[in-house]
Amino acid sequence: MLVPISWLKDFIDITIPPELLAEKLTLAGLEVAKIHYVGVAQTAVEGIRLPPSDHLVWNRDKLVLGAIHEVRPHPNADRLIIAMVDHGASELEATVTGAPNLFAYRGLGVLPSPLWTAFAREGAEVWDGHSAIRQRMILKEKPLRGIPNRCMVCSAYELGIDDDADGIILLHENPGFPPGTPLQDVFGDVILEIEFTPNLARAISIYGVAREAAAILDVPLKPPSFALTASGAPIAGAVQIDIREPEYNPRFTLALLRGCTIAPSPEWMQRRLRAVGQRPINNIVDVTNYVNFEIGQPLHAFDYDKLAARAGGSTPTIITRFPEPGERLRTLDEVDRALDAHNILVTDTVGALSIGGIIGGADTEIDAGTTNVMLEAASWNNINIRRSMSSQKVFTDASYRFSRGVHPSQAILGVQRGISLMHQTGGGEIASGILDSYPRPAPVVTVDLHTDEIARILGVTIPAGEAAAMLKRAGFTVRQSGNTLKVTAPDTRMDIDTDPVTGQADLIEEIGRIYGYDRLPTTMIADAMPPQHPNPALEIEETTRDLLVGLGFRENIAYRLTTPAREAALVPPGAESPLIGQAHVMLANFMTEDKTVMRRTLLAHLLETAAANARHSARQAVFEIGAVYLPVAGAALPDEPRRLALLLTGTRDQAHWSGGHAVAATDARAVFDFYDLKGAVEGLIAGLHIGSAHYTRAQHSSFHPGRSAALVIGERTIGVFGELHPLIAERFGMSEAPVLMAEFDLDLLISANKLRDFPVRALPQTPPVLQDMALIVPDTVTTEQVEAVIRQTGGAIVKAVRLFDVYTGEPIAAGSKSLAFALTYQTDERTLSDKDVAPIHAAIARACATQLGATLRG
Amino acid sequence: MQAQLESLLQAASAELDTLTTPDALREWELKFTGKSGALTKIMRGVGALPSDERAAFGKRANEVKTALIEAYVAREASIKALALARDLEEGQIDVTLPGRPATIGGLHPSTQTLRRYREIWAEMGFQVYRSREVEDDDTNFTLLNMPPHHPARDMQDTFYTTTPNVILRTHTSPGQIRSMRELGADGTQPVRVILPGMCYRFEQITARSEVQFHQVEGIAVGRNIRMTDLKGTITEFARRMYGDGAQIRFRASYFPFTEPSIEIDVECFLCGGRGCRICKYAGWLEIAGAGMMHPSVLRNGGYDPAIWSGFAFGMGPERVTMLLHEIGDIRYFWSNDTRFLEQF
Repeated sequence: MLVPISWLKDFIDITIPPELLAEKLTLAGLEVAKIHYVGVAQTAVEGIRLPPSDHLVWNRDKLVLGAIHEVRPHPNADRLIIAMVDHGASELEATVTGAPNLFAYRGLGVLPSPLWTAFAREGAEVWDGHSAIRQRMILKEKPLRGIPNRCMVCSAYELGIDDDADGIILLHENPGFPPGTPLQDVFGDVILEIEFTPNLARAISIYGVAREAAAILDVPLKPPSFALTASGAPIAGAVQIDIREPEYNPRFTLALLRGCTIAPSPEWMQRRLRAVGQRPINNIVDVTNYVNFEIGQPLHAFDYDKLAARAGGSTPTIITRFPEPGERLRTLDEVDRALDAHNILVTDTVGALSIGGIIGGADTEIDAGTTNVMLEAASWNNINIRRSMSSQKVFTDASYRFSRGVHPSQAILGVQRGISLMHQTGGGEIASGILDSYPRPAPVVTVDLHTDEIARILGVTIPAGEAAAMLKRAGFTVRQSGNTLKVTAPDTRMDIDTDPVTGQADLIEEIGRIYGYDRLPTTMIADAMPPQHPNPALEIEETTRDLLVGLGFRENIAYRLTTPAREAALVPPGAESPLIGQAHVMLANFMTEDKTVMRRTLLAHLLETAAANARHSARQAVFEIGAVYLPVAGAALPDEPRRLALLLTGTRDQAHWSGGHAVAATDARAVFDFYDLKGAVEGLIAGLHIGSAHYTRAQHSSFHPGRSAALVIGERTIGVFGELHPLIAERFGMSEAPVLMAEFDLDLLISANKLRDFPVRALPQTPPVLQDMALIVPDTVTTEQVEAVIRQTGGAIVKAVRLFDVYTGEPIAAGSKSLAFALTYQTDERTLSDKDVAPIHAAIARACATQLGATLRG
Repeated sequence: MQAQLESLLQAASAELDTLTTPDALREWELKFTGKSGALTKIMRGVGALPSDERAAFGKRANEVKTALIEAYVAREASIKALALARDLEEGQIDVTLPGRPATIGGLHPSTQTLRRYREIWAEMGFQVYRSREVEDDDTNFTLLNMPPHHPARDMQDTFYTTTPNVILRTHTSPGQIRSMRELGADGTQPVRVILPGMCYRFEQITARSEVQFHQVEGIAVGRNIRMTDLKGTITEFARRMYGDGAQIRFRASYFPFTEPSIEIDVECFLCGGRGCRICKYAGWLEIAGAGMMHPSVLRNGGYDPAIWSGFAFGMGPERVTMLLHEIGDIRYFWSNDTRFLEQF
């Protein structure tokens, strides 16, 4: 909300610079998001930093209040006129202008009362009203069509008050200063833009902010006048009130103004409304807005004659109630609304007049011919208003305040203030008496607060007297007995709880705000350290991240919101897959079509991101660790198991000037393949000290059936990895080089770790004997099988078996392959010789021959 | 013979002095002192000498051989020294050529910041409690003092799921309830945890706002937890996170689940509080929302709020990462563009 300092001064004396006031309000929870300056300079305040402002500062000598006494025609130009302006000098200044709003006065001679305007003397700096871009200009003497001219009458734009303005500033009422008064003193202002948190409902008005400021600054608060002069016939008999739902409409008040005249509001009121961002309409409607902004009580004005006509001769009755089934209302914004069952209505015996607290109906609105005004100020249940706002999608200044909570005590003040201002600006006669139906009075909240409780929460000891004084500044009534305060909340507040502990917390917060949190000392927690709850799963997850970084992978964190279609795109047409046909956690409201469900796999986003990155990166090695969301039948909340996904694609080595591994994505030897990914998986397994991993062919339709594997630890399948199915790679535009991916169940993977207690082998005491063995085996025989036979046959003396060559082609017969192993024989018992090893080596070869059909390669 | 020996010494010495390369040295060795070199040949001729001359010749021949080997060794050393000197002088490479790229991976910037948070909080006795992202409405809102239609719900635009009352958590605060209930032993044990994790808001994705973001929330519940402790604890955190001199300030604010509620600003670490574009010339950067835990929240966690108290705070790692590295667009975080990630 925009809060002009000039308006605040109606209610409190402000002697500190606006910047300091803004800082104090901000620290006390009324966050001043921005300070707007109108014509006046920023004040430098020690210790407060402010953004530089490029607003126009009105020169006190050169921009002054002017009074136009006559508007003469320009002898040489139809589109120009000459204003004769009193600006405090000895003579009137003839000022040439094209201001469209002055032409009506051309040639009328000396005006009976002057028109007041903003006057710029020669040398004044203003915004250039004739420039298409926003720029400043210095006013210079320059004849206009033969008439000497050195001064200017200014528009709101030229002064930086408003973004667009047709015509000059023109007031018919004397703003209270003599001609020549520096404009800063007349229209200069500082406007605080305050953002209110939901607990500050009481403060969403100028008076509300003044009340907070008075408490913070410890200065007296001057309330607006709620007095009224009612001389007319009584309201009783003219209208009656029937509240049917007191819980939702605890109070309803009405006042009546007879015989008023609809006209524009006085200029001071229009200026204030504009300053808070409101558009003036007419004196009656403007007062409803003015009072809403001034004291925070929304008002609604009805044309009484329209109500009376609807009543058809009987006394109009205002009934507040919930809608009848199927009831509709055409509201002021010209929308014909179907009403929801909880939309509380203001109605009469004929039908709905307005949605209570939210928006008025078109049938009884004020128009130019209105003479009798009935003014409503009511109180509504804020939660119900909130529901109605969201179901009707109407957000008005009234509903904003009512939805946050306006205390019922404010209704009577609002109706008094409103009817009185309407009388002041529209004339007529106020009917005697105010109808006040208040079936559900708000409870008076009293809380007992002991100073020990303040110290228990805030950590500082505040003497009872001091605490009481602070609460009184905030409008509370306090009765002190010893160190206990009996505190009664003011009738502006609905946020003090009746629950004793919560109520105390509410008061302690008030004391804290006013005391100032910056004054609190710092202490360290005095309590003993509570029982510690380490999180080993997280620790190992972090170790896994580190291992993968060491293996050259870069971490991704993707959106966890996705679409079923994006995940289904990982499956070739017609194939079975766990990725399709499964339930997702599905959003009921989604922002965009590409984020409608929570993911069930990490692969889709990882692949999509890789495809995007492939446009500029020839090589990608990435991983993601994160949850997937799997609905559980019969349970409201899903499982959120964690997964690890890996992706490798593109060139194995990075391009370098030394050539050597000069690579092209099309060179099969130069791009990542299955064994690069497997190497990384093995590195990870080794890093986590998982002993029993093995690899079997995978059955997963997203992967190439021949070049993918399942990682199995013990008896459990941890996940699948390998080359992405070529059809899927093509679908994602990734056909140039193989895409290698893995997705593992992270919880299963890390549960197999032996990080804490893996055994360390003793260093060998004897030299090893190294012997190679090249075997020709049928293609169907796997390396794992050969290695198993070698180890089985050789026994413990075979310390290591390392495959160092795989060969197919001449002279190896088709259907066979050559596998060359380097065997390390070693035992701590003695130093082995070639002679010791020879029989074992031969036995291994024989075993391979008999068990696997292997022959030694010559 | 004697004369041959002397002229060989002369010739070999003279030639040795002209040699400059290891290859020439090897040739010289073959020619003069090697197995079939000239000196060996001459020495083999000793048999042809009268026996009374043999001893003298042999002695002289050995002297010559020793002299030549010593000269050779000296020359070899000087050639090596020369070669080294030349290499040091001439063997320059272009040190500005790029090195061979090493393959290194890296952690996502959010992970890096989360780790820093975790480390600092662990040092201060706050351990990690992880809690679910798909939450029920009760735990995310109602138990945190935000009943249905509470105005504070406006502060958090929510993703609802098609399962009634199941939402994506809008903050890590439901972890307050879950951790108190799990670790608090029915309100009899103090709890000190941080609750890091991903949260979700129903918002337009722009340079300034995202549908998902991390939060690190923390709570300390005990019999004697005071607001001054919150101030001391956060000051200590800020000192460790932003440096020894880090200044903080408390501003009154509002969160439904804390009372009193505050926002915490740290003196802008980019301009030292003088005011800059990043801190919007305020000299302060907002780093956390915090407060004393609301009595209802303590009660919902199983504690008697008349005896127990607690503080809570919440921070946003992405925001801090953006501030520290002057990242202008939050969308960088989940786009995973390698050109962004590689900078971390």
